[in-house]
Amino acid sequence: MAHYKPPRQSRAGQIIDVFVLLALTIGALYVPLWLKLAGSSTVQTPVENPTWESLGQSPVMVERWAQLGYATPADAHDLITTRFDYAFTWGAVALMVVVIVGYFVMMLRLSEKEYRDVISEKFDGK
Amino acid sequence: MTDTDITSGTMDGMGPKGTKIGLLRVLGPAHVWALGVGIVLVGEYMGWNFSVGKGGAYASLIACWFAGILYTCVAMIDSEVTSTVASAGGQYTQAKHIIGPLMAFNVGLYLVFAYTMLEAANAVTVGFLVQEVAGMTGHAEALNDDAFIVLAIVFLAWLNYRGVLATLTFSLVITAFAFVAILLLFVMTAPAVAPGLLQHGELMSGGASLPYGWIGIIAAMHFGLWYYLGIEGTTQAAEEVRSPARSLPFGTLAGIMTLIIAATLTWYVCAGLMPWEYLGQAGTPLFDAARLTGSTFLVVILGIGTLFATLASANGCINDASRAWFAMGRDKYLPGWFGAVHPVYRTPYRAIIFLVPIALLFALQLPLDQIITFSILSGLLGYTFMPINMILFRRKWPLDSIKRGYEHPMHPLPAITLLALCGVTYFAVFLGYGTQLIAMIAFYIVASLWFHFWRYRFVDRGAQFTMPWPKPRGY
Repeated sequence: MAHYKPPRQSRAGQIIDVFVLLALTIGALYVPLWLKLAGSSTVQTPVENPTWESLGQSPVMVERWAQLGYATPADAHDLITTRFDYAFTWGAVALMVVVIVGYFVMMLRLSEKEYRDVISEKFDGK
Repeated sequence: MTDTDITSGTMDGMGPKGTKIGLLRVLGPAHVWALGVGIVLVGEYMGWNFSVGKGGAYASLIACWFAGILYTCVAMIDSEVTSTVASAGGQYTQAKHIIGPLMAFNVGLYLVFAYTMLEAANAVTVGFLVQEVAGMTGHAEALNDDAFIVLAIVFLAWLNYRGVLATLTFSLVITAFAFVAILLLFVMTAPAVAPGLLQHGELMSGGASLPYGWIGIIAAMHFGLWYYLGIEGTTQAAEEVRSPARSLPFGTLAGIMTLIIAATLTWYVCAGLMPWEYLGQAGTPLFDAARLTGSTFLVVILGIGTLFATLASANGCINDASRAWFAMGRDKYLPGWFGAVHPVYRTPYRAIIFLVPIALLFALQLPLDQIITFSILSGLLGYTFMPINMILFRRKWPLDSIKRGYEHPMHPLPAITLLALCGVTYFAVFLGYGTQLIAMIAFYIVASLWFHFWRYRFVDRGAQFTMPWPKPRGY
């Protein structure tokens, strides 16, 4: 295989490439936040006039809550009643599988194409 | 078999051809251990406990051990490949030689983002700890932690800029202290020393045993990774260790053993001291555990231990992320400007400086659980790459073609186990954090297309392959 000579990248081009990567990164992190799609899927199940018993806490637990600075059931109420919501649809699971598997398949295929060029240039004629 | 291998004292295949100034070879196996454990030990001081929140205390313990199996596979696979591909960039360099450029570009990004976000999470914990201590010592108003976050990141970046030996010696000392602090807490809360203090039976019975049922056990695997995330970073020091074939496998495998012990002790003490609802959302659980013992000595030791663990971790993260960024710059996967080595300190100084504002952006803007989730996801994608990498490595260069410093046993069982556990963990992240999962994968897909169709034109094809290996089989 003929030796591939890469073009020389200008300084401006290098800076633009760095900014493209930064924009992608910040986008991946902040777009879900801006769209209010990020964060854990939790639900609150409030208890009116909470007592330690109604919050399901034993005497030992109550003692430990007090030592941690939660003197009353109302203080600990939000922590105790916050729960993850694990409801999901199989369609969403299938979408996740397709996205992850598709990503790896795409990457391995394109990598293989590039890799053959690398090996060919490195080892041909040796 | 090729006549150049990593065990050779004269031609070990390090570094790319034509390198005039390389990184300095000054590290021993203890530094490798410190780098691996130092990055990860903070996982016992904060973050792991979110697995209790996702499934309860029993689920967290099961996740701790299954994640331990996952990381044992990672350490075994990594030790074999790294003992042969010892070059800055770690898994990035492995991917470049074994799978191909696009995979390498993605792996490089996984490393940079996993470590930079872990660094940010550490800085957030430093700020949280300072706030806690300020409150305990009578500071009436909430302390603004931004200054402490900035100070921690900038100080450690400066330390990394000045030289790797001082940086990792600093990590070795503070990591050892943080590990001893966990052992002390375990001994001083043991039933023989403090009867009645640990109340596992009372705190983990009834509705508190498995609050989400069996699905909670799977969900807990998400933050279960945090017990060990980063151990694979030992490979980043490959170009700076004196004897990579011996030091890297030894340091990595000793590291994972240390961490499995520390993780189990941490779970045992914390689950026996706190209600799961508190533990599952605590910012500094080991420090809280020390408070519950009523011992001022332990509070001070665990407070310092938390601070040291976070600093050691952030320190290692800066080290690893900058090596990966540097290696990509050196190969022109990123602008070549990042591939420079400092003429005096012999460190990848431009990469170190460039990543500082990115870490600050994460640390000052995002909530801790989301920073951790992004870090875990990047790490998880990297672990998914490893079994594919291992299988292809053995296929392209069988054992009789390249001499390894370490050969991991029972191949391909560790690779298959790792792949299966990664699959479970994707589902665990999906439970509760599905949007982040999709957003992160979407980012990597777009970045991959950008690399393949634009950036790769600036890369010299054959020059990327720098190891003195024979031609891979099948090509």
